[in-house]
Amino acid sequence: MLYDGSYYFDDKHIDASGHQGPLSATSAVVRGLTAFASTSESLNIPEEKILGLARFFLGIGVPGNSKDLYYQIDTLSHLENNRQVVSAPLILSLPATVLSLTSKDKLKVKVSTVLGSTVPPLSVKLMQVFSSGSKDASVLKQELHFHPEEAIHTLDALPEGVDIGEYVFAFEIVLSDPEHKRKFATGGRTKVPVHVTGVVKVDDAKVTVLEGDIVESEKKLDLPGKNDLALSANHLQKLHLSFLLTTPLGKPFKPHQALLKLRHESGVEHIFVVGNSGKHFEITLDFLSLVEKFFYLSGQYDIELTVGDAVMENSFLQPLGSIELDLPKAPEKATQPPPQAVNPYLRYGPKAEIAHIFRAPEKRPPQEVSFAFLGLVLVPFLGFLIGLLRLGVNLKNFPTSTIPATFAILFHGGIAAVLILYVFFWLKLDLFTTLKALGVLGIFLMFVGHRTLSHLASASAKLKSA
Amino acid sequence: MGKSTVTTKDDAQALFHSLRSAYSSTPTHLKIIDLYVLFAVFTALIQVGYMAIVGSFPFNSFLSGVLSCVGTAVLAVCLRIQVNKENKEFKDLPPERAFADFVLCNLVLHLVIMNFLG
Repeated sequence: MLYDGSYYFDDKHIDASGHQGPLSATSAVVRGLTAFASTSESLNIPEEKILGLARFFLGIGVPGNSKDLYYQIDTLSHLENNRQVVSAPLILSLPATVLSLTSKDKLKVKVSTVLGSTVPPLSVKLMQVFSSGSKDASVLKQELHFHPEEAIHTLDALPEGVDIGEYVFAFEIVLSDPEHKRKFATGGRTKVPVHVTGVVKVDDAKVTVLEGDIVESEKKLDLPGKNDLALSANHLQKLHLSFLLTTPLGKPFKPHQALLKLRHESGVEHIFVVGNSGKHFEITLDFLSLVEKFFYLSGQYDIELTVGDAVMENSFLQPLGSIELDLPKAPEKATQPPPQAVNPYLRYGPKAEIAHIFRAPEKRPPQEVSFAFLGLVLVPFLGFLIGLLRLGVNLKNFPTSTIPATFAILFHGGIAAVLILYVFFWLKLDLFTTLKALGVLGIFLMFVGHRTLSHLASASAKLKSA
Repeated sequence: MGKSTVTTKDDAQALFHSLRSAYSSTPTHLKIIDLYVLFAVFTALIQVGYMAIVGSFPFNSFLSGVLSCVGTAVLAVCLRIQVNKENKEFKDLPPERAFADFVLCNLVLHLVIMNFLG
């Protein structure tokens, strides 16, 4: 376990070979240096190294875990507080690195120690300004004005020739008292990237429709304000857009984005980059060569112009109006325009209501036909009864004495009851009740039938034998 | 030529007469059973004719109607076979027993028919 105070920040008390990152290692080195330097006079640590260590620990920001935070603050305090042996680093910082020319921002610089305590009297000089575009830099050596009440050094006016764009300002700290040179490390030149923004003027904007080289129609545009054009062109003509871009200092400016967008009424979009030469930006759309790119879609196209940059304060995306394009018909082999995105709310929204279509009932015959056939079906039954009469059926064999007679009557009654039960079954009963009733009736019928038929059999046997 | 047709017609008539005379000698109860069979078959034919006219929409009803007629006719034929005294196979079977079988089978058939009628 390291007895450096970091064990207070241990989440779990595991072995010493736990998390050992770069912070703990560097922190251990600095602790060793300061401890050693306090005992020995001959250790001379160069200024750049001290400043490098200080910038390393400050550049982390706020570390991720508590142990790293401890190492960071512990090391910075070692660097600051051991003035006798290690020169305290002085850190130069800018509260704002984006300056606006329009609002005439002043360049502000702050100098402090690593932990933010007071610094000795000093002055800050702006030595050089490097522009991102060019390699050379103007050498200035301008001293900043110190405001003691805010402890800030300011430059009243930006150096000449600083236009909008990205720059690197090189500063130098000069200590007023040369005695302090041993105690404080200034570190030579400090380079800080600075963005200077401003309003870009858009001039002389116009749109023309050309037929060959002859100007068909020309319209002036008010950029970056609102415009509402209504142009029309066919595929033999060209559309020409031009404008000038100037910085606040009057120099040519090339923005990050200078785009012209044409959107068809069906949603198909085409984007073109506006090229430039110096201040002059222009684009010519030759519709004859663009017919295929436009998928042969004729109709109204909305025009939009986008000019934008990080340092341009008035970047704009302006609709300019519309142009009615008349393109020839598409041949069969032409590519289809890409399908447009469906509104997601339509896709997941409620769908059209479906009404259930009930099965149409089958065609039934008219009732008269059915009744006629009902009568017709009963005819064979009548024929059967008539035939029986003609054959001379009789009930002579019906038993006359009481007991067999009752059984015979019960037998016929039982059969009739079963048939009536079947009719009820068809009309309203279900199978289970029917079967239950049938079981009861069946047992009764069996008993009665057996008695009757055995009586009849014995009677006929007696007749045969006699 | 004319003579042969007359002969054929005469033959048919003679055959018909002989059938009629032979049939009149069958016992009465057999004639009853024959009449019953004829009644069942005619009912089935009328039902088929109805279906041919109006279409077979409740097909289960049509089937159950026709099958009840056909089933009962078949059972009646079985009864006739068993009851006929000239049939040597069923000499020992009392006709009452055959009739009881007939009644039972008819009741079961009609239960199934009523279930299928719908």
